[in-house]
Amino acid sequence: MKDIVLQLKDIAKYFPGIKALDKVDFTIRTGEVHALIGENGAGKSTLVKIMTGVYQPTRGSIFRNGKSVQFKTSHDAQEAGVVAIHQEASMFSELTVTENIFMGHHLKKASGMLDWKAMTRHTADLLNKLELDISPDTLIKNLGTAQRHMVEIAKALSVDAEVVIMDEPTSALSLKEVEELYKIVRQLKNEGKAIVFISHKFDEIFEICDYFTVFRDGQYIGEGEVAKSSIDEIVKMMVGRSLNQMYPKKEAKIGETILDVEGLSLPGYFSDVSFNLHKGEILGFFGLVGAGRSEVMRTIFGIDKKSAGKITLAGEVLETTNPGLAMKKGIAYVPEDRQEQGAILEMSLSHNITLPQINDLSDFGVLNSKREKNVTEEFGNKMEIKAANWKVNANTLSGGNQQKVVLAKWLATNPQILILDEPTKGIDVATKAAVHKFISEMAGEGLAVIMVSSELPEILGMSDRIVIMHEGKVTSLMNRDEADSDKVILAATGHGQGDRHE
Amino acid sequence: MNKKLEKILQNRELNLVLLTAVLLIAVTLRAPSFLALKNIERIVNDTAILIMVASGQLLVILTGGIDLSVGATIAFSGMAVSMLNQYNPSMPVVVLILLGVLIGTLLGAFNGACVAFGKVPPVITTLGTMSIFRGFTFVLSKGQWVTAHEMTEAYMNIPKGKMLLLPNLTIWAIVVFIIMFYFIRYTRSGREIYAVGGNKTAAHFVGVSEKKVNFMVFTIAGALCGLAGVMWTARYAAAVNETALGFELQTVAACVLGGVSLAGGAGTLTGVVMGALFLGIINNALPVVNLSPFFQMGIQGFVVLAAIVANVLMEQRNDKKLLAGRRR
Repeated sequence: MKDIVLQLKDIAKYFPGIKALDKVDFTIRTGEVHALIGENGAGKSTLVKIMTGVYQPTRGSIFRNGKSVQFKTSHDAQEAGVVAIHQEASMFSELTVTENIFMGHHLKKASGMLDWKAMTRHTADLLNKLELDISPDTLIKNLGTAQRHMVEIAKALSVDAEVVIMDEPTSALSLKEVEELYKIVRQLKNEGKAIVFISHKFDEIFEICDYFTVFRDGQYIGEGEVAKSSIDEIVKMMVGRSLNQMYPKKEAKIGETILDVEGLSLPGYFSDVSFNLHKGEILGFFGLVGAGRSEVMRTIFGIDKKSAGKITLAGEVLETTNPGLAMKKGIAYVPEDRQEQGAILEMSLSHNITLPQINDLSDFGVLNSKREKNVTEEFGNKMEIKAANWKVNANTLSGGNQQKVVLAKWLATNPQILILDEPTKGIDVATKAAVHKFISEMAGEGLAVIMVSSELPEILGMSDRIVIMHEGKVTSLMNRDEADSDKVILAATGHGQGDRHE
Repeated sequence: MNKKLEKILQNRELNLVLLTAVLLIAVTLRAPSFLALKNIERIVNDTAILIMVASGQLLVILTGGIDLSVGATIAFSGMAVSMLNQYNPSMPVVVLILLGVLIGTLLGAFNGACVAFGKVPPVITTLGTMSIFRGFTFVLSKGQWVTAHEMTEAYMNIPKGKMLLLPNLTIWAIVVFIIMFYFIRYTRSGREIYAVGGNKTAAHFVGVSEKKVNFMVFTIAGALCGLAGVMWTARYAAAVNETALGFELQTVAACVLGGVSLAGGAGTLTGVVMGALFLGIINNALPVVNLSPFFQMGIQGFVVLAAIVANVLMEQRNDKKLLAGRRR
C-alpha cells in the first residue's frame, strides 16, 4: 500500500439549514490519481474547500502524513503542500505569468525587495518542465484557456505541492489539450504527488484515475479501485440507482429531408460546410473546441451572417437575417451557455418558457395569461421541471433544471428543427439521462435534431449520423453503425482521410 | 414551501413596508399630528410627481440603463408649456397638458435614439442631454421666470382642484400608476423590458429587439417627465430655470429603495411607489420633528443609504435561504 499523504476522517460541514457534508471519510495516497465523483451538489466543492482551508469543518479531523492538522486559511493548506487548481482559472489577466505564479508567495531578496529575476528564472523552469512554449513575461489575457490551465498547474508546482486537487480540469479543454493534461498528470503521479481529480466524465476517470471515492448528497458512499470497477457500478453509487441505459436512443423513422445546407461559409470560422438533415433524425456534430461547429449553428439561426452558401428549409431557400425570423420559420436554437444566453435568471419559469412566443400569446400587445398558463404547464410538465411552481425565478433552480427550462421554452415554439449546442454540459448524470431520453423521444415524434457535443460517448450514443468538423471544415460524415471512437477522433483531429497535415 | 418561497422573493418590498412603519411610528411619537389624515393626504400629494417620474425611471433601470436627464426634461417641458400659457392664455389646458407630454416624449425619444441607434451608453447620453435640455430651458426663457400672475387660473388649477375627495394631482399619479402597472405586467412590451434587462443575449435569441425596447423606455420616461413638467410648474405656480434640479437622483433613489436592481431585469412598480412614499415621508417628517433644515439633505441621504444597506443584507440572507432550499 502506498503512503497515506492526506486523510480526512468523519468530516461534517453544516451551513445554516443544510448539511453540506456529513460523516465523510477521504484518504489520499502518494503516487495516486484519486477520482472524486458525485453529482452536482454532492458536496465535492465543499470538501475541496475544507482540504484547502477555505472552509473550516464543523466536525472531524484532518491528518497530514499521520499528524493531525488544522487548515485555518488557504495559506495554511498551501504551506502543508495542498493546492487546488480551480475549474474557472482564477487568475489576474492583466499580470504576467510570473506575477501570477508567485502571487502570494513572492521570492524576496535579502534587502526585502522582490526578486523578480529569481522568480522569472523559476517560472521559466516550471514552464519548461510542463513543455509549455510561452514566455514568463506573457500577460495572462493573451493566453488561451488551455494555456491558462497549465499556468495554474505551474503555480501549484511552484509551491512544491504534494497534494494537487484538480476541479473539473478538462471542462474547457479540447481533446488535444486534454491529452497534454493527462501527460502532466501522469508525470506528477510518477514523481510521487497525490492528485485528486474531480470529473463528471467517465471516460476520463477510466483513462487517468487509479482510485475513486463517490459522494452523494453530502455523504460518503463508497470507494474502490477504478480498474476493478465498471461504469455501471460507479453510476449506481452516484445516483443511488442504476441507470439501465446511459443512452436511451430509440429507433426513429427517418423521414424526408427538412434542412439542406450547401457550401455555407463564414470567413475566419468555417468554409464550404454542406450537410442535410431529415425528419426524425439526430445529427451529431463532433469536433474539437474551435472547429467551428457552434458558429455553423449560429449562422443557420441567423445570429452570425453567412458570407456564402445556401440554406434550404423544407424546400424554401432561407435568408435568415435574424434569430426572430429563423424562429418563425421553425428553427429552435438552444445555445451552449444557458446562464449567458439561455435562461433569464431573474424571470419566472413561466415567463421564461413563454418568452419566444409572446407575440402569439398576446392580442393587440396585451398578454393572454390563460394561454400563457397553458403553454407553461404543457411544456414545463413535459420536460419534468422540478420546481415549487411556475412563478419562481429561474435562478432558484439547479443547473439541470435550468437547462430543462431552456429546452421547454424552445419546444413550446413547435419547431421543425431543434439545434442543441452541448445540451448536457455541466449537468448531473440523472438530469443528463432525462435530457437524452427526451431528445430521443422528440426525434421519435419526427422532430429533426442537430446535437453539437464534445462528449464522444454522447455523440456515439445518440446520433443517427455524425458530422465531424476540423478547423472550419467538414472532414467526415459517418453513419451510426460505421462510427467508432477511433475513427471519429481521427477525423476530428484532421487525420480523417489519411492526409496528415499537422 | 411554495408560499414560503414566494414570501422570500417579495421580501424586499416587505422590508420597505416594515421600515416605513418604523419611521412613521418614530415620527408620530414625537409629533402625534403627523398621522392625521390631512397630513397623510399632503404627503401623498407631495410625492405624486416623484411617483410619476420614478415609474418612468423604473422602465429605464429595468433595461439596465439610467436616465439622468429627467430633471432637465421636466424643466424644459414645464417652461415651454408655461410660456405657451403666458403668451396664449386662451389655449385650453387639455391642449397644454398634451403639448407638455408631447415635448417630453420628443426629448425622451432623442435620448432613446442615442442609446438604441447611436449605441451611446445611457449614462453618457443622459449626462449630455441633462445639460443640453437644461441649457435649452435657459435659451427658451432667456433666463426669465414665468410667475403666478403670468399664468392663467385654469392652468394653476390642473393639479390643485379636488375630485372624489382626493387632490387632482394625487389622482393624476394614481392614473399613471394604473396605466404603468398594467403596461409592465400585462403587455408584451412590458415583458420584453424585463427580458432585455435580465439577459440581452437570451432576449436577442428569441427575437426580442433590444433597440426597440431601449427606444421605448426612454420615450415613455420622457413622456412622463413632460406630464410632470406641467404638474410641477402649475402646482408651484412658477416655471423657473432650476425646476427639478437634482430630481433625477430622487427618482433613482425611489427605485433603488423599492428594490429595483440597477443591473436591470428585476424590480416592481409597487416597490418604486413605496420607495417614493418613503422619501416623501422623510421629507415631510424632518420639519415636523423640528430638525433644522440644514440637516435635511444629510439625513435624507443617510436614511436612503441605510435602507439600501439593510435591503442588500436582507437579500444576501435570502439568497442563502434560497440556496439551502435548492440543495434539498
